Amino acid sequence: MIEAVDLQNLKVVVFQLADKEYVIPVSQVQGIEKLIYITRVPKTPSFVKGVINLRGVVTPIIDLKNRFGLGESELSDSTRIIIITLDDMDVGVIVDSANDVLDIPVDSIEPQPEVVGGMEQDFIAGVVKIDSRLLILLHLNHVLNPIKSGV
Amino acid sequence: MDTNQYLEMFIEESKEHLQACNEHLLELEKNPENIAIVNEVFRSAHTLKGMSATMGYEDIANLTHKMENVLDEIRNSRLHVTAELLDVVFVAVDQLEEMVLDIAAGGKGKLDVTDTVQKLHKIETGEEIPVAATTIEPAVINEVAQDNWLSYDDYELTVIEQSVEQDFYTYEISVKLREDCLLKAARVYMVFELLEKMGDVIKSSPSVEKLEAEDFDEIFYVALVTNEPLEDVQKKLMKVSEVTEVLVKSVTLEQLKKRNNFELNNVEETPVIENAAVPVEQQQQTEEVKSAEKSTSSKNNQAQSSKTIRVNIERLDILMNLFEELVIDRGRLQSISEDLHNSELDETVERMSRITGDLQNIILNMRMVPVETVFNRFPRMVRQLARDLNKKINLEVVGAETELDRTVIDEIGDPLVHLIRNSLDHGVESPEIRLANGKPEEGTVVLRAYHSGNHVFIEIEDDGAGINREKVLKKAISKGIVSNEVAQTLNDKQVAELILSSGFSTADVISDVSGRGVGLDVVKTTIESLGGTIDISSTEGKGSLFSIQLPLTLSIISVMLVELGEEIYAIPLSSIIETAIIRSSDILNAHNQKVIDFRGKVVPLVFLENVFDVPRESSDDEFHSVVLVRKGDKMAGLVVDSFIGQQEIVLKSLGAYLSSVFAISGATILGNGKVALIVDCNALIS
Repeated sequence: MIEAVDLQNLKVVVFQLADKEYVIPVSQVQGIEKLIYITRVPKTPSFVKGVINLRGVVTPIIDLKNRFGLGESELSDSTRIIIITLDDMDVGVIVDSANDVLDIPVDSIEPQPEVVGGMEQDFIAGVVKIDSRLLILLHLNHVLNPIKSGV
Repeated sequence: MDTNQYLEMFIEESKEHLQACNEHLLELEKNPENIAIVNEVFRSAHTLKGMSATMGYEDIANLTHKMENVLDEIRNSRLHVTAELLDVVFVAVDQLEEMVLDIAAGGKGKLDVTDTVQKLHKIETGEEIPVAATTIEPAVINEVAQDNWLSYDDYELTVIEQSVEQDFYTYEISVKLREDCLLKAARVYMVFELLEKMGDVIKSSPSVEKLEAEDFDEIFYVALVTNEPLEDVQKKLMKVSEVTEVLVKSVTLEQLKKRNNFELNNVEETPVIENAAVPVEQQQQTEEVKSAEKSTSSKNNQAQSSKTIRVNIERLDILMNLFEELVIDRGRLQSISEDLHNSELDETVERMSRITGDLQNIILNMRMVPVETVFNRFPRMVRQLARDLNKKINLEVVGAETELDRTVIDEIGDPLVHLIRNSLDHGVESPEIRLANGKPEEGTVVLRAYHSGNHVFIEIEDDGAGINREKVLKKAISKGIVSNEVAQTLNDKQVAELILSSGFSTADVISDVSGRGVGLDVVKTTIESLGGTIDISSTEGKGSLFSIQLPLTLSIISVMLVELGEEIYAIPLSSIIETAIIRSSDILNAHNQKVIDFRGKVVPLVFLENVFDVPRESSDDEFHSVVLVRKGDKMAGLVVDSFIGQQEIVLKSLGAYLSSVFAISGATILGNGKVALIVDCNALIS
């Protein structure tokens, strides 16, 4: 029925991280939560903030800013945790704010310009320009690579 | 009739009944005189027959029918239980199982059972029993065995007595329905309606509930008090369609009283066919029933029917998660009520706490299954194998009540079968060799399950020959599993573990039992895929121990909550030996390792704040709180800031993203809604 629409537009959640706007497809977002108490998990990479109790499910939380090598997130009232579902795996990511849901035309997604550089490069699946906004589409499989630490 | 929607239920229930048959037959072998056990088997077989006939699986129905006949003969003391007889019955059960599995796999459930049927028939007729000369309907046996169709209690006798005084007749009526009658309950209803018009039905066999549930063969009996003549009653009943035969006989009070006295003396001679209307599903209930049976030797020990439904595990998970939410809110309510000091609120919160506590137990138990569900098929298997191998083997099962998550239970069966077969075939020696080696003729295999830490251990221990180092090495080298040089450097444990490598089979003769090419490596792979490990220890000439360690995917465990800085960690109580407070001066140094002298033993200390990099300034307290934990026979002292207390918690995984974190086995949610991590003591003791 609405497949035609689905083909043309991608519904995405827009969130902010260090003045930049990033998007992830709505289909992969399970929910957006306010910041709650995070239990630190020792012996994990620094971008793993720990785990939260998400309605009875222990959900790991990672700090996207740290993951991208942009320093630590400063937690504030607008800080949100976006719960992402990827291959039966639930992970929460800390973002500065999450404020929008957009329909973006699929054909407007362009490969990332090579000049961007930096550590986050690997995590970017493409960029979208809408009016004067530049939205960065994340490559979630790379961002959320399972962590194996320990011996 | 479209029976597809019932297929799954049929398969599940058939399996349960077959399992029940197996168990009871084994029991019967030990107590051949116990008629109550025969009744149990009979009941299972009977239900199975009914179900399979309804579903249109004729071979199953046919075979169970024959089996039932034999059992009936035993029940009526016309046959005696012998090993040969049981062998045939076991074969029958096996074939039934095969057919059921075939159906489960989408097959037609067809199998050539004529041979077994003939054997059963021979057993049935082998003895000189005139009535058993031809194929016998169980009901016919009943009829022959009992001229008396019904028995009455005092109350019913009083009713008959009073009706006789008022010139009413009492008839006993047997009604036979057509074999292919589809709506038996409807026919029963029509018969009863007719009877009620003529008089009062004071008794029926089977009971009315059973009749309504169509839980009977073609024949049922009723006692009627009426003033109609005998012939009229018969004629009226014959008008009901699908009724093939109606026998009416008049009885007098004296006859009945006499009969009752007679029955009191011969309680065992009136077999009452009774089937649990709904098969008992949960193992716990079966367990209850079993123990109930053991405790009462009277005849009233028939399994109580209990109604069960099947629920998708996913739904239980959802229920569990919702419940967790509730527990968290309960914790909040508790702290609010503590602040407010309102007695009414306090009372309500306390009441709610208790109820949620009960609720929690119920929900958790719903997902947990005792390993018994897997273990209970082994006695049967061991019996058969021991016979096949001409060995004498006694299987001891310990800790069958140990609970495991259902998902693990489903997977663990096959590996255990492999290991037990291996123990029987390669482990335990033949009786002659055992005697020659000064061992008791009968070998012992112990199957053991227990909880330890965050794991469940399942062990298979035999007192057989153990693992022959030379033989294993020779084989491993010839198969190219290890090189000659490496082989010499291996210790005994490593050699033992070679038998788990793929392509390994040490039996000199490839036997039907365990040498089929698929070896123990399959076991290893399966167990590892479940997140477990397998460990072998063996002493040549003394026996071997296979120890499987499995994680609990979901379980309640008791933990000790401890504080480290601002953080709270949980240490499984099962790992803890004791707690202690020690002075700094008690700490000794040995090779860069801090140790304490604990009850004469040197125990290494593990400072958890260092292991977990707890962010805080280090404090130099004079006293340290130490939790002494163990793994096997090794010990360690975990140094923490302070003890909070003991608590029952729900074990949760950290999620797929954090699949393996050092020294953390999982997490739990505390009463205040925060997550606490569970310390994996096994990882801290090297």
